[in-house]
Amino acid sequence: MSLTPLHAIFALMSLFTVGGAVGVVLNRNLIYAAMYLVLSLFGIAGLFILLEAPFLAAVQILVYVGAISVLITITVMVTRCVFCKEPPPRQLTLVAVMAALVMVTLGFVIMTRFGGLTPAADVPADSIEQLGVAFVNPQAYLVPFEVASILLLGALIGAIFIARDDLPRDEEAVGGDDHA
Amino acid sequence: MKDWTFIVILSIVAMATPLAPILIGRLIGPRKGNELKNATYECGVETRGDTWVQFKVQYYIFALVFLVFDVEVVFLYPWAVAYNRLPLFGVLAGVVFVITLAEALIYTIRKDALRWI
Repeated sequence: MSLTPLHAIFALMSLFTVGGAVGVVLNRNLIYAAMYLVLSLFGIAGLFILLEAPFLAAVQILVYVGAISVLITITVMVTRCVFCKEPPPRQLTLVAVMAALVMVTLGFVIMTRFGGLTPAADVPADSIEQLGVAFVNPQAYLVPFEVASILLLGALIGAIFIARDDLPRDEEAVGGDDHA
Repeated sequence: MKDWTFIVILSIVAMATPLAPILIGRLIGPRKGNELKNATYECGVETRGDTWVQFKVQYYIFALVFLVFDVEVVFLYPWAVAYNRLPLFGVLAGVVFVITLAEALIYTIRKDALRWI
């Protein structure tokens, strides 16, 4: 097996993914850990591109690198103890052994029970376009597509309903003084 | 794969461009600090208090709203790519999707959740 530029890119993306994940676990500063998470998620997007899954790569960049990282950063910002000196991690060896064990088990199961790694069929060049057509085709995914929008609507209304109570209001008169 | 080569080259150039002045400045710049030079702000108002403070939980709503509409973009992206191949029904189905989420935007605005605090 000869080395190609693809191997180098795969190695680099794996380094981003695994290195970022290690950085998340080992870093004591939550904000820095969140930044390492962005690096790790970015590496996964690169792996998706190498697997010829451009739509998943776009989703990974848009949703995970874009939005989830913002969500996690804001989550860290609203925590009580952003810059507290966390105690150094304990039981690091135990955790590392457990993680390695899970990885070996999963790898073993995938290689033996699911027929190992086989090259997939050629991905059509217009896979995203085909997905777009299938989204609005009544014989394909039209109903899930529209249900997804209602799900997003419900998620947003639920989130605002839960968090709204602390908002300063001047139009709505609501009984009780729930301004803590 | 050909297209990705350009993206890789672009990313390398994009990462190198801001790094270059920083590294060059490190290498050839003189390092003689004084009190004024080392100040965080050369001019303007001095900051008060700690930078690392706990933010109000209401900021979380902005992140959630952003996340919801980001996921909407993910669904609309293949729809937009396939736009020229879609029948009229398909276009209308996408419009229904957008209108449903426009309701979410109207709800957010009506509930005053987008006001900066």
